[in-house]
Amino acid sequence: MSRRQPERGADEIAQRLRIHYARRGRLRFTSHRDVQRALERALRQARLPVAFSGGFNRHPKISYVGAAPTGAASEAEYLEISLTERVRPASVRADLDAALPAGLDILEVVEAGPGSLPDRVTGSRWRVELPGVEEEAAAAAIAAFLAETSVPVERVLKDGRRILDARAAVVWLELGGRGSDGDPGPCAILELVVRHCTPAVRPDDVLAGLREVAALTLPVPAKVTRLAQGALDPCGDLADPLATDRAAPAADGSPQPVAASAVVDRPPPAGA
Amino acid sequence: MPIESVFARLEPLLPRVQKPIQYVGGERNAGTKDWDAADVRWCLMYPDAYEVGLPNQGMQILYEILNEQPGVLAERTYSVWADLEALLREHGIPQFTVDGHRPVGAFDLLGVSFATELGYTNLLSALDLAGIPIEAADRDGSHPLVIAGGHAAFNPEPIAPFIDAAVLGDGEEAVLAITAVVRDWKRAERPGGRVGLLERLAGAGGVYVPSFYDVDYLPDGRIRRVAPNRAGVPYRVSKHTVMNLDEWPYPKHPLVPLAETVHERMSVEIFRGCTRGCRFCQAGMITRPVRERSLSTVVGMVDAGLAATGFEEVGLLSLSSADHSEIGEIAKGLADRYEGTNTSLSLPSTRVDAFNVELANELTRGARRSGLTFAPEGGSERIRRVINKMVTEEDLIRTVTTAYAGGWRHVKLYFMCGLPTETDEDVLAIAGLARKVVAAGRQAAGRNDIRCTVSIGGFVPKPHTPFQWAGQLGHEATDARLAKLRAAIGSDRAFSRAIGLRYHDGRPGTVEGLLARGDRRVAGVIRAAWELGARFDGWSEHFSFDRWMTAARSALAGTGVDVDWFTTRERELTEVLPWDHLDAGLEKDWLWQDWQDALAEVEVDDCRWSPCFDCGVCPAMGTEIQVGPTGQSLLPLAPVAPRS
Repeated sequence: MSRRQPERGADEIAQRLRIHYARRGRLRFTSHRDVQRALERALRQARLPVAFSGGFNRHPKISYVGAAPTGAASEAEYLEISLTERVRPASVRADLDAALPAGLDILEVVEAGPGSLPDRVTGSRWRVELPGVEEEAAAAAIAAFLAETSVPVERVLKDGRRILDARAAVVWLELGGRGSDGDPGPCAILELVVRHCTPAVRPDDVLAGLREVAALTLPVPAKVTRLAQGALDPCGDLADPLATDRAAPAADGSPQPVAASAVVDRPPPAGA
Repeated sequence: MPIESVFARLEPLLPRVQKPIQYVGGERNAGTKDWDAADVRWCLMYPDAYEVGLPNQGMQILYEILNEQPGVLAERTYSVWADLEALLREHGIPQFTVDGHRPVGAFDLLGVSFATELGYTNLLSALDLAGIPIEAADRDGSHPLVIAGGHAAFNPEPIAPFIDAAVLGDGEEAVLAITAVVRDWKRAERPGGRVGLLERLAGAGGVYVPSFYDVDYLPDGRIRRVAPNRAGVPYRVSKHTVMNLDEWPYPKHPLVPLAETVHERMSVEIFRGCTRGCRFCQAGMITRPVRERSLSTVVGMVDAGLAATGFEEVGLLSLSSADHSEIGEIAKGLADRYEGTNTSLSLPSTRVDAFNVELANELTRGARRSGLTFAPEGGSERIRRVINKMVTEEDLIRTVTTAYAGGWRHVKLYFMCGLPTETDEDVLAIAGLARKVVAAGRQAAGRNDIRCTVSIGGFVPKPHTPFQWAGQLGHEATDARLAKLRAAIGSDRAFSRAIGLRYHDGRPGTVEGLLARGDRRVAGVIRAAWELGARFDGWSEHFSFDRWMTAARSALAGTGVDVDWFTTRERELTEVLPWDHLDAGLEKDWLWQDWQDALAEVEVDDCRWSPCFDCGVCPAMGTEIQVGPTGQSLLPLAPVAPRS
């Protein structure tokens, strides 16, 4: 006698939380899949009542918004989780942070208000450190790049080589100030704002564009950090994507806690 | 003197290599200790890629035990892939630990765990990258002691020139004993230098120092004798056996990798050792006697491990997990406790009986049932008597019928090819067996879309087993026999689409056989193969048979022996085997008798349930079988529900 496997329906959702987290130091080398696994384990370890999808292979309901590429650090990653019971966002922040390895740091948790999170994340601000590159050379390359209306670059994607326009997505690109890292060698720093598009134009593509237009070469790989994500305004500024949720009262009427880290442009900690 | 981290120099290279996350450490439950506050510093190495080495239980156990000790520090290192190896050489960066990114050469001890002989070339890469001379004879007081452990260390002769010492058996107590000897020697201002330390370790017993033994050969190439070349070292070195595993519930805080690894689960070893007596199984022979963890320890370890890791899966490990005397209680108790928590439980047991299926059913309540694996190991009942795997055809059909009827859709069957006395008929019998399995499965499931996969491994005779005297079947003959099996399976259209056959090329088995039963002359082959570029020999995409054969021809030239001599040649009782001076507890006479019984197709029972067969382990080691039942029923457990 054959027995069919039990197929279960999706869990009822009692609450949705939006989470702002950072990927720092040596954990910048995690891939998006690595982060997913670590986060799912942390959710289990923190015993959060995560809602699961239905079907044979049930999976936790977590949606990630535009993950930073492997090798890039980020101060501004976002995800949304669905829960089967209501919890206090502030305690979720503390429990989840404690269950994650140092370097995957939960900065803020808010209850989801109305509207979609991906709709509020239309651009990114990046800091791109170029050790061994003189500022003059970088400035000249930036000027040449910005003078173009289109800079096609090639990228190897899963489904083969693709030509992207690195220039079209760039909203803002300028030389940034030196940090106080104490390294005496030259190190140009770029500040970059890109508009999200498909496929996404990443800092690496912009660097490929700088090589294309001005032969800017890097003696060592760039160190890339996403500083902020948010809704891009016409001036190139990014609006905090959680601001609306923070302002909205929670579904049970209680006020949303204001996290100490509710600043989008929080500087990354020094060192790894 | 503080030891600098190499991370600042490594970091700019990482964007240029595949999966850089494997080199950065920072896993949950990993950590670093103050270098200067430690007086004994261990570097533990698993000589394979991080994705294979990280989940290794032995490494995790020793890492935690050592780091719990005040004044002792342990860090981990794994083999680096070719892309990073090239960059490390280009930039002059040494082999490093993933915890503190400290140079491996700066530690007092480098402990290397060999689960398989195919890791030997990776040892040489790591030594070379670390700046440690490859030959132990060339090392001085500034270099770590290189100590081999793991199952392959039960015959460390092929790597004897590359290691300073080897430890046989369980590591929990042995690493602490070695640590104490090293600490005392350092405090006493290192009397006698490196040799003085090795003498202390060898004299205390339980540490084999190859350089303290000389090997003489007969004119025909066989070994004349192996004997100590100085006073104060034993003629035979014995394995270590931890008798009470409940006192060693490690790992307590398993490492949680960020990178994807081969096993991502909370593993609990529910017992160690096996007395089933399968004659091909080195693990079963060298880990005797059976020592169970009690039900309360097992459940406690699962609980604590899940809380410390967030793992989704629990694996109840051992050589034959369904044989635990209280496995039914353990399975039911854990299934009750974790029901509804999306925690999956697995019992990697391949025992061919209905009870095993019941256990699997219990552990997959309400979950998807995909595949179950059974290991008849031999295709005919005759060959199963030879290998002492007592499974009848009726047992197998009854077992798979239960499995398919219980909702399992896919049964995997493990077999070996190249067993002693095997003929084509023994292997071709696998085809008939697989057809009967599919027929029984279709009837039991009431549907035609069930599957059966036949996985076949080439048999490699191993030291300290009754088959240590056997001639290995050459890879050409193995491959030819399996080609016939493939044709036989494909010949019946009614079944061939439901039967999958998984078999890889037999040539790595010849190299594994050379390394497994080799003596010190094989060290030259390993070194030559490594110099020709051999790395990651356990990975088919990196393994080169031709490279190994080229290395063997040059390194064995003039010795009068060759690869066939080490692999396909059958040995006599009187021959001195390269590992005879290493004591796994088994009486050589008993092993020989068991070999003769194998040839006569006589089976031997499991001594857990029948009288002692005098294999020699218990009296020689002062050990005994430790099995329950404890009589405890499972703890009053409240189900672990998600917290609100």
